[in-house]
Amino acid sequence: MRPVVALLLFASMALAACQREERDTRPQSALGSGEQPTPVTTLEPGGQRPSPTDNKAASFEANAFHLSEGKRLFGWFNCSGCHANGGGGMGPALMDEKWIYGSSMESIHATIRDGRPNGMPSFRDKIPDDQIWELAAFVRSLSGNAPSSAAPSRNDDMMVHPSENRMPDAATLGKSP
Amino acid sequence: MPAKNYASTRYSELAEINEGNVKNLQVAFTFSTGVNKGQEAAPLVVGNTMYIVTPFPNIVYALDLSKPGAPMKWKYEPNPEPAAQGVACCDVVNRGAAFADGRIFFNTLDGHTIALDATSGQPIWNAHIGNINIGETITMAPLVVKGNVLVGNSGGEMGVRGWVKALDAGDGHVVWTAYNTGPDKEVLIGPDFKPHYDMDKGKDLGVTTWPPEAWKIGGGNMWGWISYDPDLNLIFHGTGNPGPWNPDLRPGDNKWTSGIFAREPDTGAAKWFYQWSPHDLHDYDGINEQVLLDMNWQGKPRKVLVRPERNGYLYVLDRATGEVLSAKPYGPVNSSKGVDLKTGRLMENPDKLTGTGKVVRDICPTASGLKDWQPSAFSPKTGLLYIPHNNLCMDEEGVEVNYTAGTPYVGMNVRMIPGPGGNRGAFTAWDIAAEKPAWSLKENFPVWSGAVVTAGDVVFYGTMEGWFKAVSAKTGDLLWQFKTSSGIIGQPITYRGPDGHQYVAILSGVGGWAGAIVSGDLDPRDATAALGFVNAMKDLKNATTAGGTLYVFRLP
Repeated sequence: MRPVVALLLFASMALAACQREERDTRPQSALGSGEQPTPVTTLEPGGQRPSPTDNKAASFEANAFHLSEGKRLFGWFNCSGCHANGGGGMGPALMDEKWIYGSSMESIHATIRDGRPNGMPSFRDKIPDDQIWELAAFVRSLSGNAPSSAAPSRNDDMMVHPSENRMPDAATLGKSP
Repeated sequence: MPAKNYASTRYSELAEINEGNVKNLQVAFTFSTGVNKGQEAAPLVVGNTMYIVTPFPNIVYALDLSKPGAPMKWKYEPNPEPAAQGVACCDVVNRGAAFADGRIFFNTLDGHTIALDATSGQPIWNAHIGNINIGETITMAPLVVKGNVLVGNSGGEMGVRGWVKALDAGDGHVVWTAYNTGPDKEVLIGPDFKPHYDMDKGKDLGVTTWPPEAWKIGGGNMWGWISYDPDLNLIFHGTGNPGPWNPDLRPGDNKWTSGIFAREPDTGAAKWFYQWSPHDLHDYDGINEQVLLDMNWQGKPRKVLVRPERNGYLYVLDRATGEVLSAKPYGPVNSSKGVDLKTGRLMENPDKLTGTGKVVRDICPTASGLKDWQPSAFSPKTGLLYIPHNNLCMDEEGVEVNYTAGTPYVGMNVRMIPGPGGNRGAFTAWDIAAEKPAWSLKENFPVWSGAVVTAGDVVFYGTMEGWFKAVSAKTGDLLWQFKTSSGIIGQPITYRGPDGHQYVAILSGVGGWAGAIVSGDLDPRDATAALGFVNAMKDLKNATTAGGTLYVFRLP
């Protein structure tokens, strides 16, 4: 009996060790969730107040499946038409350390959903909400703001910049520690 | 008008500044436009006043040249919609204003044409003719011909259907609209249409040379230059690239994109058409300037139209018929193997055919062309055409793309690299009659500024580092240069001031497609940024910064 017990024990340990990433392949298709206010400035008279967070932000941010979906959608919705593969063009660069309207998942989500006044269109009612979160997660990965274990790896297309999982954190790039 | 005359020669009879004394030029005055985006406009001098249009937000300034320091007479702020910046393909430029009958006409990025009283700066009319929600913007300088203000739209990277409109100079109502794709009656093709080549003959080619409905989002925009021949009573204008860039998505010749129309100015009726790049593979917009000359061509006097085209050929056309008399490359070209003068057709190089999922390397010239919008100048004294241009090559990969109105419709990954020799720009003097260059100067960066040439045998142009240069029209020898505050991509002009002396003016301020890396603060680590142009301009951020200053020079 002993070998059987040992085998069972081993199998259960192996299963426990393998924490499989949750892969939500049927994301919510409802439009227009995430209506929380998202300030675009840190200047708040009377002292900074905590920004409201959205619990979707954390669940999408470090998730490899959502990041790869975000990458696919970045091309499909023509984000790449303006922002190229992160370096920018008609729209600003997304792979650098500069954030005009905030770098948080909530801020990027709000930027895609509501647009911004100097040219960013509003995709409200055009892109399902969960896909906006996937795009936001991918946008953060362009500047090295995603775990390298989750960010997309190299392209099948023409190599135009290092893959997202090898992107340095833009905030510290070129600065001495 | 920015091009000096209807023939677009950019030649000035002024000769006070000449090869001998140009080295003494000094700054007369400067003026900050207050806008740090690409300054592509030509200052306009009428009487004692200079008029300037800035990039978005398209402010118009009138400067009084009769007073010391040229103080501001008035300014007009049209307050275009800021959102328009998001659908302007290649920086938020404006190429200048036009003057006629006491009025200044100019376009705004968000699709308005506005007429101002030139004396007071008060608006007379404002016509809203472009819709930013489908990606339409206006960047070109209008041209006024016989009481019509001619304007075309930009948006070839957004799937915008190209058109040219004539607005009544009196009240701004639309007199005619000619589309550059679609059924004949919307292209204003009627019984008078007599193209020279068989490839341009047939009914509704603007529909049948496209997949079903694709002509509705097929580009062919008109954001460049128009010339006018009063004797033939014809205007000449090019048409932009077909959309999307990925050619697999639009089998066919894609009429009437990447070509040139001759139209009757009162009605817009097309007289002839010639297609520079049928079924364009490389974003070769056909909107460059057309220089109209009456010259001896191989022993016979002919009315010709000279066009340094984006696809790399210097075309000489008979402007009455559209027949191609000559098409010689004026720089490195491998995307095609020449132009068949019998059929008029560009002979594509089969090794450089682009398509979905295929990376094609070392295509010359690039999507930005051997020469883009930057206008050349012609001197009747030397018989030379002075061409500011690029020397770049590129890799291209077609990718899938979905059409969403008001967003880009390109479908191509592009990365550009310096062309043969490593110099990314050149300034070439082309001997039109001999069909070969007389001399050519190498420049480190693409020469994205226009040129002007004078009877003093001096040619002026600017570089993207910020040098404003005067070279000999005969030899190309550098005679004088001045370092301005930012890279130059504008159009130099020369004029006689109220004091009777000759002045030279240029707007300095880097930007445009080539300078977007600086004016848009793009990231050079992405080779495809700014549709691939950033890859060839990685070091521009170390050479110049954004700016927007007018410089005016004179002899002491």
